[in-house]
Amino acid sequence: MAHTVKIPVPALNKEITVSTGLFINNEFVPSVDSSEVIQCFNPATEEIIASVVAGSSKDIDVAVAAARKAFKTSWGKNVTGWERSRLINKLADLIERDAQELAELETLNNGKPVAIARDFDIGDSIQCLRYYAGWADKITGQTIEVDNISKMAFTRHEPIGVCGQIIPWNYPINMWAWKVAPALAVGCTIVMKPSELTPLTALKLSELVIEAGFPPGVINTVPSLGSVGGAALSAHPDVDKIAFTGSTLTGRKIMEAAAKSNLKKVSLELGGKSPQLIFESADLQQAAAWSALGICYNTGQDCTAGSRIYVQDTVYDKFIDVLVSTVKETVIGNGFDQKTGGGPLVSKAQFDRVWGYIDAGKAEGAKVVLGGERRNTKGFFVDPTIFTDVNSDMKIVKEEIFGPVLSIGRFKTEEEAVALANNTTYGLGAGLHSTDASQCMRVSGLLEAGTVWVNSYNLLSNNVPFGGKKQSGIGRELGSYALEEYTSVKAVHWNIGEKLQWPL
Amino acid sequence: MASIFTHEFNTPIYKGKTSFNTGLYIDGKFVDGSDKTTIDIINPATGKVITKVAEATPKDVDIAVAAAHKAFDTTWGLNAGGAERSRLLGKLARLMEEHQQELAAIEALDNGKTFTWAMDVDTTFAIDTIRYYAGWADKIHGQVQETDERKLSYTRHEPIGVVGQIIPWNFPLLMMSWKLGPALATGNCVILKPSEFTPLTAIRMCALVHEAGFPPGTVNLLTGYGNTVGSAISSHMKIDKVAFTGSTLVGRKIMEAAAKTNLKDITLELGGKSPNIIFDDADVDQAVNWAAHGIYWNHGQACSAGSRIFVQSGIYDEFLEKFTEKSRSLKVGDPFALDSFQGPQVSKAQYDRIMGYIQSGKDQGATVHLGGDRNGTEGYYINPTIFTDTTPDMKIVQEEIFGPVGVVIKFEDDEDVIRQANDTVFGLASAVFSQNITRALTTAHRLKAGTAWVNCVNQLHANVPFGGFKQSGIGRELGEYALHNYTAVKSVQVNLGHVM
Repeated sequence: MAHTVKIPVPALNKEITVSTGLFINNEFVPSVDSSEVIQCFNPATEEIIASVVAGSSKDIDVAVAAARKAFKTSWGKNVTGWERSRLINKLADLIERDAQELAELETLNNGKPVAIARDFDIGDSIQCLRYYAGWADKITGQTIEVDNISKMAFTRHEPIGVCGQIIPWNYPINMWAWKVAPALAVGCTIVMKPSELTPLTALKLSELVIEAGFPPGVINTVPSLGSVGGAALSAHPDVDKIAFTGSTLTGRKIMEAAAKSNLKKVSLELGGKSPQLIFESADLQQAAAWSALGICYNTGQDCTAGSRIYVQDTVYDKFIDVLVSTVKETVIGNGFDQKTGGGPLVSKAQFDRVWGYIDAGKAEGAKVVLGGERRNTKGFFVDPTIFTDVNSDMKIVKEEIFGPVLSIGRFKTEEEAVALANNTTYGLGAGLHSTDASQCMRVSGLLEAGTVWVNSYNLLSNNVPFGGKKQSGIGRELGSYALEEYTSVKAVHWNIGEKLQWPL
Repeated sequence: MASIFTHEFNTPIYKGKTSFNTGLYIDGKFVDGSDKTTIDIINPATGKVITKVAEATPKDVDIAVAAAHKAFDTTWGLNAGGAERSRLLGKLARLMEEHQQELAAIEALDNGKTFTWAMDVDTTFAIDTIRYYAGWADKIHGQVQETDERKLSYTRHEPIGVVGQIIPWNFPLLMMSWKLGPALATGNCVILKPSEFTPLTAIRMCALVHEAGFPPGTVNLLTGYGNTVGSAISSHMKIDKVAFTGSTLVGRKIMEAAAKTNLKDITLELGGKSPNIIFDDADVDQAVNWAAHGIYWNHGQACSAGSRIFVQSGIYDEFLEKFTEKSRSLKVGDPFALDSFQGPQVSKAQYDRIMGYIQSGKDQGATVHLGGDRNGTEGYYINPTIFTDTTPDMKIVQEEIFGPVGVVIKFEDDEDVIRQANDTVFGLASAVFSQNITRALTTAHRLKAGTAWVNCVNQLHANVPFGGFKQSGIGRELGEYALHNYTAVKSVQVNLGHVM
């Protein structure tokens, strides 16, 4: 029994229909034991736009059971790579068909501009699904020569099983695609917990899962509070693997729960405090553009946000000028307004958090060279804010802010730059700008980050792996590497000639 | 101005219409051949002409090569990224799927295989192959090798360039997909010569390639004869690689031509005389069914045909009786009849060749246990044929017949049968039937063939490599392996700190 809600989109004079139940076994259902709901907000207007069923830990049990049944009967080893490929491609086609509506729903709930949601978030998601559809019939093991007489040895790359996937609110659709695509490609089944802040597009995508023809139970969607559904999945004895993208704080809890329950496999994509280094030989105009992208894209709500910039002394003043005038052009506004480059922050909690950091920056003595002023309007809008004269002990330099707030420092030598860049427990991304090729090679080798951008920033490709070093994460997403996160290797030793004597 | 072939299919198994330009396809256009000559295409079920198609000459090869190089330098090669190549191949697969019945009907009309086989195997597998390679296009990875921190050392897997592809008449559309898939996925431009006997589905495919949006010059089709167009392709100084599927005889000529001209890279898929070994602990009923598939699939016109059937003495009588019964039950008839299993052989030349081998079998003293004669009075139909009481030196035991003619040979000894099975210049495929897994695997591992089927025969998949040992070929098609045929490895070593 599907309960649906019609969400009005005033800017476009239309309504979008969303099913609000939990998506289990290809049906939208109520909670088995709870009447809790999750209220979804429009961060541009601060208004509630919909309420959806909040899953309980019992609902997680039901979803896991559905995923397990599917894994044993209609999915896992019971479905061929070609069929998985066909279904994932079909899903991609359907998302492409409905891209505009999905983009509008994403904007309503997350705030990002519609055009960016459609052309980047959803465009990349479609390509991601197609990329992994192409891997589905190419999962190969190895045959291994031992001695050609006694045995035939080979490996099978088997699907791990039932995977819990917990995704964040900053790129709801794109993070959904990054998770489901490789898992489905290798034959895993999924219980997906979207962020309680932005569950609506995950529910809408679940409708397309039915239409594409996936068997019931292969993908299940359970919006739920992190402390309820997320915790239940992490500790569940029948979940074989958990994949999480979100804060380092929560990542620790998930890993702990996995350790204490069934030692389920864990992959984590966590926070960052990613540095960009501007060397004196850099093209300063370009470096400023990439730096602006790095901190303003998605209104700074990006795990790889380039939130610390270190500039070589000799070009410091010039670069600050160029950077400030570049960032100034950024338009933060309503996602349905075509002029908007970045939307509001996603929620009141995030808004308060970011302002807490801006206030701390001022209190700790950093200098504001752009922004730092509150708007007195509705909506969780924060304008790009740049601090200079920072030091490594400041909160704004050490901690992940997750907003359009940039700290700029300076350095004399390359060694100093690398030391400043690596002086963090995080290690997700890093950028360097230089036209000295040897320097680029040296520095990219020395930076402790899972992704190093040389003379660019932030832009990813579906076939290039992504993930963190140090406390930014465990494992890699994207590229062929993501397949390994969902594959379990079995070695088979097949005796074709050995007779055993006992005792030996 | 090239002409249009229109045909109305009004048959028990398929009703539909097709209409397409029968010109050469060069640089995105359908054109006449330079000499304005044509080739008659014969329907092997009737011996009558279906249509004429444009004939290419060596001059057309030059024109196509120029167009292909232009495309390679501008719109294709590394100018089109993997995601774009993937998208276009995916589109082509979708278009093939939309027109699947039409393609199957044209194939049955031109080649003589039944519409059912053309649907269930040829066209389905062709679509799967294109789709499979669409998935590889954005996954062409090189490596980064560790040397030291002052050097960046990596490989690029680059497209070779302009490749010539010459395909046979036995699985026209399927062979085209095996060739186009990996070549286009890796960024090459293609000059393809279909068989002059069966060009129709290849010509129809070019309209789909065009509709999918491949840039002009990326795929070029030249229908023509082996000793004109095929030869021109093999010896062309500006074709960087040639891939050929066909007879060992012609394969030699191609390799020789490559050696004498620009040392172009070659891959060859040639003939076979594949052994099918049935041990006395085999599941006899299953072995009978698979053995029949092994020799009668595609009327025996398969390079991997299990044409030498070795049966261990303990089950010989039982096997022969059941195999004969099975062979007798196969319905030979019109490709478009509802219940036909086997259609005509592809041409008069092939018909004569096979009948020649059957005659030689009789002349050399083998027993015609079943068949050995024509079916009907019109068209090139041959009845399923079984020879027994052969000796190893007979022509029907040594040479590739390429028809529905199986040779059943009794054997005693495991060691001896492996020796006999390997006693051939060919090495394309092999099969082993035994319920004892150790016996089956150790035998399979000792057979000198590119494919060893265990308790099955003639099973192919887009992701499993296929090719020959010995004189059955050079290189592998299908699977990831085929990509190596169409990429050239460049090592790039970037000095970022060593001072000389």
